[in-house]
Amino acid sequence: MGDTPPRSVDASAGGPGAHSTRAAGAAASSDGPTDNNGRGGGSSLPRAKAFGAEPAFRGLTQASGIMVLVIIVAIAVFLISEAIPALRANQENFFTFNEWHAQSSDPRFGIAAIVFGTVLSAVIALVVAVPIALGIALFLSHYAHRRIATWLGFVIDLLAAVPSVVFGLWGRSVFIEPVRDFSVWLNHYFSWIPLFGGNGPFGNSILLGSLVLAIMVLPIVTSLSREVFMQTPKQNEEAALALGATKWEMVRTAVLPYGRPGVIAAVMLGLGRALGETIALAMTLGSSFIITANVIQNGGVTIASNIANGFGEADDIGRGALIASGLVLFTITLVVNMIARVIIYRRREFTDVAA
Amino acid sequence: MAKRVEATNVNAYYGSFKAIEDVNIVVEPKTVTALIGPSGCGKSTFLRSINRMHEVLPNARVEGTLTLDQENIYDKHVDVTAVRRLIGMVFQRPNPFPTMSIFDNVVAGLKLNGVNKKAVLQEAAEKSLRSANLWDEVKDRLDKPGAGLSGGQQQRLCIARTIAVEPQVVLMDEPCSALDPISTLAIEDLIFKLKDRFTIIIVTHNMQQAARVSDRTAFFSIERTGDPGRLIEYDDTQKIFSNPSVKKTEDYITGRFG
Ligand SMILES: Nc1ncnc2c1ncn2[C@@H]1O[C@H](COP(=O)(O)OP(=O)(O)OP(=O)(O)O)[C@@H](O)[C@H]1O
Ligand SMILES: [Mg+2]
Repeated sequence: MGDTPPRSVDASAGGPGAHSTRAAGAAASSDGPTDNNGRGGGSSLPRAKAFGAEPAFRGLTQASGIMVLVIIVAIAVFLISEAIPALRANQENFFTFNEWHAQSSDPRFGIAAIVFGTVLSAVIALVVAVPIALGIALFLSHYAHRRIATWLGFVIDLLAAVPSVVFGLWGRSVFIEPVRDFSVWLNHYFSWIPLFGGNGPFGNSILLGSLVLAIMVLPIVTSLSREVFMQTPKQNEEAALALGATKWEMVRTAVLPYGRPGVIAAVMLGLGRALGETIALAMTLGSSFIITANVIQNGGVTIASNIANGFGEADDIGRGALIASGLVLFTITLVVNMIARVIIYRRREFTDVAA
Repeated sequence: MAKRVEATNVNAYYGSFKAIEDVNIVVEPKTVTALIGPSGCGKSTFLRSINRMHEVLPNARVEGTLTLDQENIYDKHVDVTAVRRLIGMVFQRPNPFPTMSIFDNVVAGLKLNGVNKKAVLQEAAEKSLRSANLWDEVKDRLDKPGAGLSGGQQQRLCIARTIAVEPQVVLMDEPCSALDPISTLAIEDLIFKLKDRFTIIIVTHNMQQAARVSDRTAFFSIERTGDPGRLIEYDDTQKIFSNPSVKKTEDYITGRFG
């Protein structure tokens, strides 16, 4: 890679020595001995090099592309071969059963509860995080004073650097207190809403896990959205203002539509992170395999937290079962990503010409 | 429909830098006034002071009085968005909203004004596009992206968008500088037509264009870089181009300076 620039310069000059002869208007036959690759055949145009930087680089990129594919396929084959024996041995329906007793004797397990918990906690996390993140992103890109924006942006990027295990520790020992008080309050006044019913105990709930998740996805969504908002063409913002838009109307007319695909991508990245988050949820959720709309009682489990909690003690069948659930998680994130792409591409006609 | 614009002792600043100094000018309703002068003499700055777009830039401010039919648009009780609705602006580079269709672009200003009835919007869109001499070219693809049009069509789209809100004054900052000669002629025809309904102030570097489209011409200039721009001469276009009373104007017009 290091020798690419001089070589390409070389190639464009038609090989060493070719420069002066070309300048003199000489025919190809008078070229230097090293120059057969550079020019030849009586043509006055330099020939493409067979072993130049260009083909070498193309080969390199192709090889890395193929390598990625090979690795992915190898992983998939391994995971599936691990999962199949466990799925064979399973006494219950893998998709509809909601409990998880995965061991060699009488294995009975299903993903209903853990998929439910995964999706529910991720959705709540995004419902909480996305509006806040977009608000902060807009504030940073269009409202805050330059110095405050830089500073606040830095703090938010710092939040992204906190390891998830730290969030987990903080969630289960500190953040749980206010969340429990809040849950009790919700339960007291809103127990008629199924989300907030139940008799306790409260605290180690889907709500706590989701709020911790929300804090974790906030920085990603914020900084990506802020980037796209800042890229809004100045001339479009001015066009809106010149039509008599207030600042907020300008944001709605010029900034938000322009940033939409980027915001969708940011939200999907956040969703990917929320779906796959493991340790923070393993530490904050109460781990029960009940499917319920109640988000404040102790309980809740996700695919990733179930794997983290169970993998250590699992035997062969147990491990295979957890791997099978991991494949389900992978499928879910894949589908989410595809949906995101469909949403982004649907308006491509508009975003393409905008670029 | 059209109103008189009157500037008295207008100074405009970027931070501590004074870009224009003591501009005094009266623009009559339903006329076309051309602003000409060398690069950096403050034509755009003055134009943007007229619809209060100057103050959008950080640390930019305007001193002096600018009135629209005797009403001071810089009065502190005046709603700046209302000023911009009354005084529309067309920019140097065509800037349709990239995410919007042709139709949505034209009615964007109306929607900002709270007009939402489909029939009203459709009628206004057709009227504005016809006024902008663009209707025949786009009537079959109103739902296609505005940014997919040619540069000249985009600029006429922006003009349609500007006049759709029925302003009193239309400001244009070198509207043809990014366009080919045919599109330029199309816009000049359009300006001539719009003169019946609007007061038009246009910045141009093209002397022939100023001579062709304008009734009055204002010549701006600067002494040296770093000095504020000043209005040197303001008169009937014919007079400016045939017999200017200031030597500097004559030098500029005949191409001996600037
Ligand atoms: N955003 C800005 N910040 C600081 N100074 C500026 C800014 N815009 C313009 N200026 C300065 O103000 C002066 C007048 O600029 P202006 O753009 O009004 O000139 P102009 O006559 O429109 O020139 P041109 O014909 O090149 O468009 C120039 O000296 C310019 O450098
Ligand atoms: Mg200018």
